Amino acid sequence: MRTTAVLGLLVLLCAVAVGSAFGAVTTGSASFKGDKGIELTFSVPVDDAWAKKPENLVVYEKPDPDIRISPASIAVAPNRTKVTLTFKDALNTAGEYVVEAKDVSSEGKVVGSTEFLVKKGHFQVLFGLFLGASLIANYVFTKFLGLCIFFGVSQKKDTAVGMGATFTLVMVLSAVFCWALFTYVLTPLHLDFLQIIVFIGTVAIFVQFADTVLRKVNPYLFKKLGVYLVLIVTNCIILAVPLENVLKKHGAAESLIFALGAGLGFALALFLMACVREKLEVCRVPAVFKGLPIAFVVAGLFALAFLGFSGLVIF
Amino acid sequence: MGRNTTLLWNGLIPENPIFRLALSMCPAVAVTTTVANGFFLGVAVIFVQVMSSATVSIFKKLIHPRIRIPAYVLVIATWVSVIDMVLPVVSLETYKNVELFVKLIVVFAIIISRLELFASKEPFVPSVVDGFGMGVGFTFGLCLTGAIRELLGSGTLLAGTRYVIDLAANPFLVSLGVQPLLVMILPAGGFFVIGFIMATFNWVEYKITGKIPASGGGH
Repeated sequence: MRTTAVLGLLVLLCAVAVGSAFGAVTTGSASFKGDKGIELTFSVPVDDAWAKKPENLVVYEKPDPDIRISPASIAVAPNRTKVTLTFKDALNTAGEYVVEAKDVSSEGKVVGSTEFLVKKGHFQVLFGLFLGASLIANYVFTKFLGLCIFFGVSQKKDTAVGMGATFTLVMVLSAVFCWALFTYVLTPLHLDFLQIIVFIGTVAIFVQFADTVLRKVNPYLFKKLGVYLVLIVTNCIILAVPLENVLKKHGAAESLIFALGAGLGFALALFLMACVREKLEVCRVPAVFKGLPIAFVVAGLFALAFLGFSGLVIF
Repeated sequence: MGRNTTLLWNGLIPENPIFRLALSMCPAVAVTTTVANGFFLGVAVIFVQVMSSATVSIFKKLIHPRIRIPAYVLVIATWVSVIDMVLPVVSLETYKNVELFVKLIVVFAIIISRLELFASKEPFVPSVVDGFGMGVGFTFGLCLTGAIRELLGSGTLLAGTRYVIDLAANPFLVSLGVQPLLVMILPAGGFFVIGFIMATFNWVEYKITGKIPASGGGH
């Protein structure tokens, strides 16, 4: 009797030990797959029947544990360590998701529960922002901001490049400065409604700064840009970027990268347009279309081409 | 025609901000996917232009010429902040469509150029009339572009209001196989339509005066 009891206890202990050992190895990693999928990688092969039950895998956004998101379909890879969840709507890939795997079953045995944290790396988020601002949602061709300078300075390639560089510099400096002002001065004092006035003032200061520096450093370019250098103040993009940074709650690094992307995207648009307009000078354009009207039609064709970037996802 | 009538007419056609002066093109392309959006933004611009012109023409003796640009920007920004708080109360739905552009009225070149060229030199009444004329011309430009794009792009007119005309559902047109041109409500359509309207303006002027006008400065 006593021997049996001891033996039973031993078996039980072993089972618990083995069970907890298994439980420890059911961890794994998780990542986004496209913008509608999450891919889970388990350290042990899991059972098909277990994975296909939606109630075993609980998915929610990290800030709202109460709002459960149920996958539209679940697929298990042939080696049974990879499980792919696909959702009906696009996920917020800039945010963080939690996947709770309950009672993971491997080879017919329950090996414990585990939890996955799904998020993009910081670098991936920043790179996505950069691509979005420069190509996918190019400010000139898909949001039509900054058209005044775009049509005004795109007649010659060298002025276009100079303008692009100056503009990017002013944009990055003022966007970061506006972000800091908004976060550390306006928000604590509850003065959000002053954002337009404060931002435009900041931009004006930096344009004055660029004006002063360029006058000494590169008088040739300064003369070429003429009135358009001062007109950077009245360029929509330069005010839209700080406003969007605030609207989308970007952090410091994100604001900087977003402004850099928008600035370089503008420079790219300016350069492309200058290339075409130099050629247009020697073309036979119908008299009533000469000048701005034909420039608008060309910009329309560019806008069509830039539509090709929509839906571009690299990570 | 009295002077005030001339000023009003001037803003509407001969110096139309969008098609002739080519100022403030950004909103003209961006918000004109429907007439309602264009009209909504146009009204906001009329308000800001009239109020800023009035303010500057009253205080023109107090503004030192050397700091006039920052002063103008601050005046405009103040009136934009006011209209930015009023519009959501009028129609939240339309406001959401044009929200970014209402804030961006601060940097619309047309407003500051009217302050610099007109309101800073002229008395109160002509300044207000000139501001109103320019605002109405701007609204006219937005509505015309919006009407063409909406009609061709989605087959409706005045969508989003209670007077909506829906051609896309017209059984006769549907039976002919007529379909809306998607490209017109895409970004590219805005550029095309404005380019063609500008060319039409040039053509009309050519027919009347017999010479091709020099194209706008482009800012």
